[in-house]
Amino acid sequence: MIKFLTLAIVLLPLLGFIILGLGRQKLTQFQTKFIGCHTIFVAFIITLYLFFGYDFNQAAVINYFPIIYLPKFISLDFSLQIDHLSLSFMLIITGIGYLIHLFSSSYMTEEANKNYSKYFSFLNLFVFFMLLLVMGSNLLILFIGWEGVGLCSYFLIGFWFTNSKYMQAAKKAFVMNRIGDAAFLLALFLIITKFQSLEFNIILFEPFLNFNLESNIIVLIALLLFIGATGKSAQIPLFTWLPDAMAGPTPVSALIHAATMVTAGIYLIVRMHIYFDLAPLVQHIILIIGLATMLVAATIALKQNDIKKILAYSTVSQLGYMFIALGIGLYSTAFFHVLTHAFFKALLFLGAGSVIMAMHHEQDIFKMGGLAKKLPITHLTFLIGCLAIAGIPPFSGFFSKDEILAGLYQKNKLLWVIGVGGALLTAIYMFRMYFLVFKSSYKNHHVAIEDVKESPFPMKITLIVLAIGSALIGFIGLPPIISHTHLLNNYLSTVIKIPAVEHLSTSTDLMLIVASLIIVIFGILIARYVSKIKEIPSTFVGKFLAQKYYWDEVYDSIFVKPYQSIAHVFSHRFETKIIDGFVNGLAKFFMNLSRSFRLAQSGNIANYLLIFVFAIYVFFIIWFNDAKIYQFVINLFN
Amino acid sequence: MTPQAILFCILAIIAIVAAIMVIIQKNPIKSILWLLVVFFALSAIYFSLNAQFLAIINLIVYAGAIMVLFLFVLMLINFKSLETIQKKYRFVFYAVVIVCGVLTLLMLLINQTQSLQKVSILNDSNNVGLIENLGKTLYLDYGVPFELTSILFLTAIIGAVLLSKIKKIEI
Amino acid sequence: MEIQYYIYLSLILFFIGVLGVIIRRNLLIIFMCIELMLNAVILLLISFSKMHADGGSKLQLVDASKAASDGQVFVFFIMVVAAAEVAIGLAIIIMMYKNLHNISSQFLNRLKN
Repeated sequence: MIKFLTLAIVLLPLLGFIILGLGRQKLTQFQTKFIGCHTIFVAFIITLYLFFGYDFNQAAVINYFPIIYLPKFISLDFSLQIDHLSLSFMLIITGIGYLIHLFSSSYMTEEANKNYSKYFSFLNLFVFFMLLLVMGSNLLILFIGWEGVGLCSYFLIGFWFTNSKYMQAAKKAFVMNRIGDAAFLLALFLIITKFQSLEFNIILFEPFLNFNLESNIIVLIALLLFIGATGKSAQIPLFTWLPDAMAGPTPVSALIHAATMVTAGIYLIVRMHIYFDLAPLVQHIILIIGLATMLVAATIALKQNDIKKILAYSTVSQLGYMFIALGIGLYSTAFFHVLTHAFFKALLFLGAGSVIMAMHHEQDIFKMGGLAKKLPITHLTFLIGCLAIAGIPPFSGFFSKDEILAGLYQKNKLLWVIGVGGALLTAIYMFRMYFLVFKSSYKNHHVAIEDVKESPFPMKITLIVLAIGSALIGFIGLPPIISHTHLLNNYLSTVIKIPAVEHLSTSTDLMLIVASLIIVIFGILIARYVSKIKEIPSTFVGKFLAQKYYWDEVYDSIFVKPYQSIAHVFSHRFETKIIDGFVNGLAKFFMNLSRSFRLAQSGNIANYLLIFVFAIYVFFIIWFNDAKIYQFVINLFN
Repeated sequence: MTPQAILFCILAIIAIVAAIMVIIQKNPIKSILWLLVVFFALSAIYFSLNAQFLAIINLIVYAGAIMVLFLFVLMLINFKSLETIQKKYRFVFYAVVIVCGVLTLLMLLINQTQSLQKVSILNDSNNVGLIENLGKTLYLDYGVPFELTSILFLTAIIGAVLLSKIKKIEI
Repeated sequence: MEIQYYIYLSLILFFIGVLGVIIRRNLLIIFMCIELMLNAVILLLISFSKMHADGGSKLQLVDASKAASDGQVFVFFIMVVAAAEVAIGLAIIIMMYKNLHNISSQFLNRLKN
């Protein structure tokens, strides 16, 4: 039964993809909507059934069929694994995925039927690959899903592929991901050579069994896996693709670039956390990278004007928080933040989508304002999202962020200050956006305020559900000062070794919470002040931040330009002279050769016959040498 | 040199020269006439090999019937307009060299074959080639193949008739 | 008179025929060369037949005279085949002339298309 249900969860989105992909010329929008949403919905229901109906304290590994079978070397099956970690991720993917499908069904109605179907088929395919990623019971399946989500991300960023700038963004995302994937692939090869397997239940216990394995190898594997994760999860140095990926439709940004795909890197590290525990060096690197990413992205977000760009940098920054948690070994906390982030960031993106749709595809926050009255539901839900991400209790972001900050405090007090600084920046840029969009005065001259209408019902219901989720989901991980039963940690403890850290004393804990709260509220007040200023003086720092630290330009001059000039040399010198010369020479050689052989194909009987006789001649000579002909003739006449 | 050997040498030289003339003549009619010479010479050799009946048949069928058929066909065709010989002399050269090579090889082979050494053809006559003997062998031992040859002939006749009935083929 | 000379003659005639087929383009002459080759084979058969009839063979056959007459009967069959072949072949040449107004073998490469 579990075998069938598990397969059904994976295959339903694939089925949706196939039906929508093949029938995109014929299906109406209603049919597309029905198929696209309900395949995911049924998968969600089945996941819920598995969650409540079965006990997965022991990971259930279900084999379907072998993929690679090399008896002496490696054999890999197509097998899925369900344990508490993958089940949690499946709930996020199918649940939030369903809500975003529902949102898309009204958001994308302006598209032609064909494109509408195409959009939903890609979205379904994405869910399929994402499920494969989290459900695979070996690294190969995970890798297939990993590449698959990258592919779908490429398709969906470049969904409006007629716009060449969007296509560039899609390519950039794809190439950036490739860099990480190359490292991931190297890690895979390394694991294969060391363990002759990729199955989780082997490679995740082998380090304990085999303590004599050189620690260098483990460090190397962990490092490569982490580089792979930075590509997918948009960390320094590979984060620049994510803001550009906002070229895709907004629900795509919500699903792929906020809630699910970018957390694949976190999933990978949580899944392989044994390696990271054995490699403290890599943990330090993760911590540093996480902190740097968090701060860089948050500061850039301060000066962005595009509503989606702000959210994108905020996503990068929040992913930085997750990596900080991974870096200090709090894997379940990282997952907790993934969970809460999935809710509130999906909510914020969808809210932004709702605003963008109401504003007739205007994304500049300085051309909005005062929308609170016109879009009451969107406003309310967006506010909840902002409060959640800023970390105001009792909204979910507070709990997860608090856990991370507490962990940082235990590690090092200075790190805690940096973490709180990040929280302050978060509060500032989120509420700057909030005040500019929903409060202040209406500033758009192109769209009359009367034209701004609240979004249709499916979008509203999605926003409401996500808002409720963002508000309440934090209660599964209450801080120790409120309750000592941490539901999420208990649930994940079957998969992740929860470090038995001594809890902070209650007073310290309370002090930390109050301090961070004060700072966050201070941040909100700053944002309110900033949003009221008419003319912001342009300073050097401001320009520096608005230009995203010139990060793209630096990459351009360090990597792209030299690469292009080398490519230019190769294409104009090497290619024309050597490669072309060689290839053309080869072609000429064969042309001349074939000119002589073409006689053989002249169609002229005389030539054929001549060759025939010549062949007889040659055979005779060969025979003579062997003296076989004598034998033959002697046999003939004796 | 026995008289038989002298006769053979003369006939062989005639046959070879005539055969060469067949392939180098430009005019097809002359080729046919030279081929007749070859057949006559060969028939004479058959006579000397005690194959009297076959020699006669050879003359009647080849020299009489088939060559006349060739001549008829040639008259139906405006052979003056035909290009007759290969223009590429290099190709002809290659052909001669290769064919002579194979020929030399085969002659060498025959020359060195032990079981063909010192096997002489006698000058006396026997009755193998007479009609009586051949007829007996043909009808008693090879009755069925003989009937099959008649079917072959029938097929050939029908085929020829059919081919001549087709007016024009798209090529 | 040794049998080798008959074989040599036969070989020479046969390869003159081969040469003719290769170097000539007139289908009629190619046909004639085929007849020449057939006659070379007939010569071979008849001379071996004579060899067996004379008992000069080193094969030690049980019934040498039967072998001799078999050889001559085979000549019959060869002539039959030759005659049939000529009938068909000449019909084809006529057809080709009717269609192409030429009987050169180089035009047969139109079969390529």
